[in-house]
Amino acid sequence: MKKFNATATVRFKKSVLEPQGKAIQLSLAEKGAHEFTLVRVGKYIEVELEAESQAEATAKMQQIATDMLFNDVMETCEIHVAEKS
Amino acid sequence: MKAAVLTFPGSNCDQDLARALTHDFKCHVDLLWHTEPFTPTHDIYFVPGGFSYGDYLRTGALAAQSKSVESLRQAAAQNRPIVGICNGFQILCETKLLPGALIRNTNLQHICEWTPLAGGGDWQGAFPEGYALPISHGEGNFICSDAELKEIQQHGQALLRYTQNPNGATYDIAGLASKNKRVIGLMPHPERALRVQKDASVSAHRYGKLFFEKIFALVAA
Repeated sequence: MKKFNATATVRFKKSVLEPQGKAIQLSLAEKGAHEFTLVRVGKYIEVELEAESQAEATAKMQQIATDMLFNDVMETCEIHVAEKS
Repeated sequence: MKAAVLTFPGSNCDQDLARALTHDFKCHVDLLWHTEPFTPTHDIYFVPGGFSYGDYLRTGALAAQSKSVESLRQAAAQNRPIVGICNGFQILCETKLLPGALIRNTNLQHICEWTPLAGGGDWQGAFPEGYALPISHGEGNFICSDAELKEIQQHGQALLRYTQNPNGATYDIAGLASKNKRVIGLMPHPERALRVQKDASVSAHRYGKLFFEKIFALVAA
């Protein structure tokens, strides 16, 4: 068994209201930082897992992402898997 | 009637619901804890409101992975009626027993008030004019894809609709059924609307009893 580090970056779809980002952007604007015209907050999930190969680790990660980590009605998810050095 | 209420860490309407079912409707009620799988033998299953698993990850997302919900899927496969209220609705969407998802209210506030409602879809005209139930949620804004919405409309699945949309929900959806009408999710709390109101001006139409009667008709069907 090899050890892997994986990450899942979960973003709200562009069409979905994301209030935290909006609040941050408004707060910046209030300080006069009007150049920040858009802020979006998502989730960054770190995972450690064991698998026989890179392909197996990626497949396992993909599986939990689809089953659990993100909801495709409102979010998108990007996965990265790398063997632990 | 034998009813079950699924209970998760963070559920907070399970006791209200159990009391409503036993006290007002003379049901036998079992509370089913999330770690225990069960064999579906009840006439009807309820998923209560609250903040299951502290709303971590997404509302209802972790409850949807629990042992008891795995058994609930079997109950659904056997066409047993399932009703999710508030967080229960969110859980049923996360299990994919209902389409769509519930996101933050457009005004970003937790809304706790009586909300006027009307029957829709198969329940068109089922409730009197001025009908209302209490809502209490921060994430009751229903969204779904255009294709899903088309299906919802085609099959008369939007059973309960806001007449003054409080949270931005697509198609004013307050309550939604599965295509076969055996699984129902709703944001309002009928279990909180079963007592005589102190304020005499409050209409009797507001009572949750009417809603439960519609639900029990499902069991008989």
